[in-house]
This record gives sequence, structure tokens and C-alpha cells, in this order.
Amino acid sequence: MVDALKKEDGFHTEEMVLNMGPQHPSTHGVLRFEVYTDGEVMRKAVADIGYLHRGIEKIAEKVGWHGFMPYTDRIDYVAAMTANQGYACAVEKLAGIVVPKRAEYLRVIAAELNRISSHLIAVGALGLDMGAATPFVHALRERETINDLLESLCGARLTYNYVRIGGVSYDLPEGFIARTIAFLDHFKPIVDEFNRLITDNKIFRERLEGVAVVSIDEAISYGLCGANLRGSGLKFDIRKDEPYSVYSELDFEVPVGICASGRGGDCFDRYYVRILEMYESIKILYQCFKQIPEGDILADVPRKLRPPKGEAFVRIESARGDMGYWVVSDGTDMPVRVHCRTGSFAAMGIIESLSKGLMIADLVAVIGSFDIVAPEVDR
Amino acid sequence: MEKLTESKIAELVKAKFAEVEWIAPEAGVAYLVVPPAKTAEVAQFLRDEPALAFDYAVNLSALDNKEQIEVTYHFYSYKHRHSFAMKAKVAREGGAVASVAGLYGAANFMEREVYDHFGVKFTGHPNLIRILLPQDWVGYPLLKDYQEQEDYNGIGTTRPSLL
Repeated sequence: MVDALKKEDGFHTEEMVLNMGPQHPSTHGVLRFEVYTDGEVMRKAVADIGYLHRGIEKIAEKVGWHGFMPYTDRIDYVAAMTANQGYACAVEKLAGIVVPKRAEYLRVIAAELNRISSHLIAVGALGLDMGAATPFVHALRERETINDLLESLCGARLTYNYVRIGGVSYDLPEGFIARTIAFLDHFKPIVDEFNRLITDNKIFRERLEGVAVVSIDEAISYGLCGANLRGSGLKFDIRKDEPYSVYSELDFEVPVGICASGRGGDCFDRYYVRILEMYESIKILYQCFKQIPEGDILADVPRKLRPPKGEAFVRIESARGDMGYWVVSDGTDMPVRVHCRTGSFAAMGIIESLSKGLMIADLVAVIGSFDIVAPEVDR
Repeated sequence: MEKLTESKIAELVKAKFAEVEWIAPEAGVAYLVVPPAKTAEVAQFLRDEPALAFDYAVNLSALDNKEQIEVTYHFYSYKHRHSFAMKAKVAREGGAVASVAGLYGAANFMEREVYDHFGVKFTGHPNLIRILLPQDWVGYPLLKDYQEQEDYNGIGTTRPSLL
């Protein structure tokens, strides 16, 4: 219809190919899209990834089982604790190592703090992409405190290398619990304030509501996971449904998209699930500090670890969803294969089909709402 | 919702496809070995059979065991909450596997990654090109005997020792 009208008017129309990225502020790292447009509307956006490919999986075959741990930080540097934990869980499953209870709690404490800081980046950066700069600064300010806490725990602010195969590297430093509880008491009202600032902001909501709706079936087929999957309405969280570590002893809810626009699975639902998850992480942390037992923090694991011949595939709930490590051993101290399945890679796969018919400016909302972290896509 | 054990799932697949083989090693997960040309058919059975309902292709990757490439699939069912692993073993050079990209949206990118790193062809894939490496890259880096090129488009890949 549109084409016919244009021809009668004598307008010449043609498809235009735009290049977006790799250095674009809203691509959260180094991503590139070839955008095929008809005016302001996208016919499709083809993702071109690999700019941050560092061959981490090949490195794993050269550095040994223990030696790979610092590299997992670089798979997802925004939520490095969960990347650490996933790898450790996979190797422990393969080698049959039992982790001390206290170490499991320490891992959960670190991971949930990291989940909050990762979600702060996600929701803050989405606001920034939508033109609201102030909430991002608020988010970074809070994240700074978490970075300080994690720095006191393991000495690093971003790439932690905290988890070891069989446990963790350091016990809680003095005063850590008091400082973290003080932070949590202060932080919960901040999330409420964040909601007042941006979640209930009309301009922000209109940019996100009803945009890029992903149905549950589509989300499952494309392997979306974590907040992206729950945003579409499927109540599934590996921490709850396939519990690992000590999550079965902790009480928390699994939030799903609230369908504010009447069409569940849009950008706003994915955003709001992350906000709700921060409340749940706060809950988990309070419980952890009550329940954490005394004891060892590291199991007796040989320096030259030789897991038996075989393979294991373990999934954990990272801040970006389903993080799966596939580890294969031939009985020597070098892995045959370590592969990491990540949520951002899956989210990149759906963008081409999802972008059809969206405005160019919506692409920024889509990338932001999926919480894509480029190094996790490229590894 | 009825959660089935992996060996029970393997029995169901075996009843339908005679040429599959169930391997349960001492450590780690057990898996089903499927002929490379049959992966799409078996995956379709796994997805569409109501008792199995594997709607989620969690992971699709490969490894080089120096004799063959083992293309490995990990499936999960949100409906029944069970999981399953499947393998197709192909030749190290010029191996081909039937693509499951038409069944699972996620397989499109994952198969491209396996092709990129191992050189395994996926017959029936809509757009089988390299995904993480540049299109003109030489060789498949995750093969065990991969030799790194000395330079890529005139850019050296090694540098002399500073000592």
C-alpha cells in the first residue's frame, strides 16, 4: 500500500543500508549492526559480532584447570563472580569435589552483590540510552559501594578471580557483614527512588512499552534466558528450578514481566524484571548473613588437578541468565575443551528477526533491554 | 509434567531410531551418539514428542578428540524440567552435520560458531558463514593441530621477545 502510494506520487524509494557501530555509545561494548532501513523503519538489523573475540576457549586448553579461572572474569566482566562460580561448579561436578558449606555461602554473597551491581549497570545504561543521564549516575554511585565491598573481600573491583575450584580464596574480612548490611539498609530505599525517577517516568516508559515484544515461544526457541526470558512471562530461574549451591535453603521470589502495556515481553518488562530482581537479591543477602555457618572455605583440591575422563555441563543463573559451562577432561591436567554458553550470545541471535518493523531508535532500546555485554557475546 | 531420567529418554529415542548409541561414562554426563545426517530428525523427535518436549537448545558446541570432531548438543525441557545430551561424530576435515537451525532459533548462531572454530559444515543452515572470526581468516582455531598464521592481512600475530 505504502509503496503503491509512493509510486503514484513519483517518489523514488529504495532500501538504505546503515552501519551502526562498532564504536557506538549504546552498543555496550563493541558490536556492529548492518541496518537495512526503509526511511525510519528497519527491515532488519544484521548483527556482526566478534570484535572482542579473544579465543578464551582455546586459552583454556593451554593453561590448565586452575589457571583458567582468571579468564572467566573476562567472559563477563560486569558480573564476573557468576562467571567464576559457573566454571568452578562445572569442574567440581566433573571431578566430584564437595565444596564446604561456608564457601558456598560466600559464593552466593559475592554473586548476589555482583548481581545487584550488574543490574544497576543494566538499568542505568538503559536509562542513559533512552536519554536520561541522571539515573545512570545514581546507579554508578551505588555500584561504587558494592565495588568497595567486593574489593575488601577479594582485592579486585571488576575482575575478581575470587572463586576457586573447591571453594573461595578469602574469608570475609573484618566488619564486612556490618558494612554490607548498612549498605543494603541504605540501598533498598534507593531502588524505590530509582523507580520514582525513571520507572514511572512517562517518556521513559513510552520509549519501551510495547516495543520489541518477544512471545514465550520465541524466547524459548531463541534460547533467551534470565531476565529476558522472565520478561516474556516464563517463571523460570535456575536458582529456583534447578537449584545449585545453597539456593535451595534461601527464600526468594522469581519475578516475571508485569505486562504493563498489555503486551507481555516488551522492553519495559525486561527492564522491570531486573529492578524486581535487585529487591530479591537484597532479601537473599540478608538471609545469607543470618545463615552462614562457620567452617572451611576451601576443599582439599590437588594443585595439579586431574579430573577423571569424561565431561560435564553445568548451568548457573548469571546476571545475564543461563550461563552454561561445558568442560571435557581426558584425565590429564589440561582440559580438552571448555566452552561457555552465555545469555548475551543468545540475545544477539534474536535481534535480526526481532528488529523487523521497528524504528532505528528502537534498536538502542532493544540492545539495552536485553542487557547485552559484548565480551560475553564474543568470548 | 513428568521428569524422565536420561537413560529412559535414550530408550525412547532408540525405539524410534535404530542407529543411535547410548554411552554412559564413569564420570560426568551420559550422551547419545547419533549419525551426523540424522541430527535434525532426532532433534525434531526430541522437540515434538510430548513426553520429551525438549523446547530449549541450551548449548551446541564441538570438540576435537584428534580423530573426530564431536558436535555436542545439550537440550532442556521447560515443560518436564529434564535435560539430555546428544553427539554427532564427524570427520576432522570436511565433516557435515544436518542443521537444526530450522527447529531452534538459537541454533543458527551456535552452528555458525562451531563452523567458525572447527570447520564442520551444517547442511541446511540458512547462512553458514564465520561469526566470531573475520570472513577471510585461514584455518579453524579450535582444532588441536591448528597452526596460527604468521600474519593476518599484513598484521603480525607474534612479536619478537623484548629481552
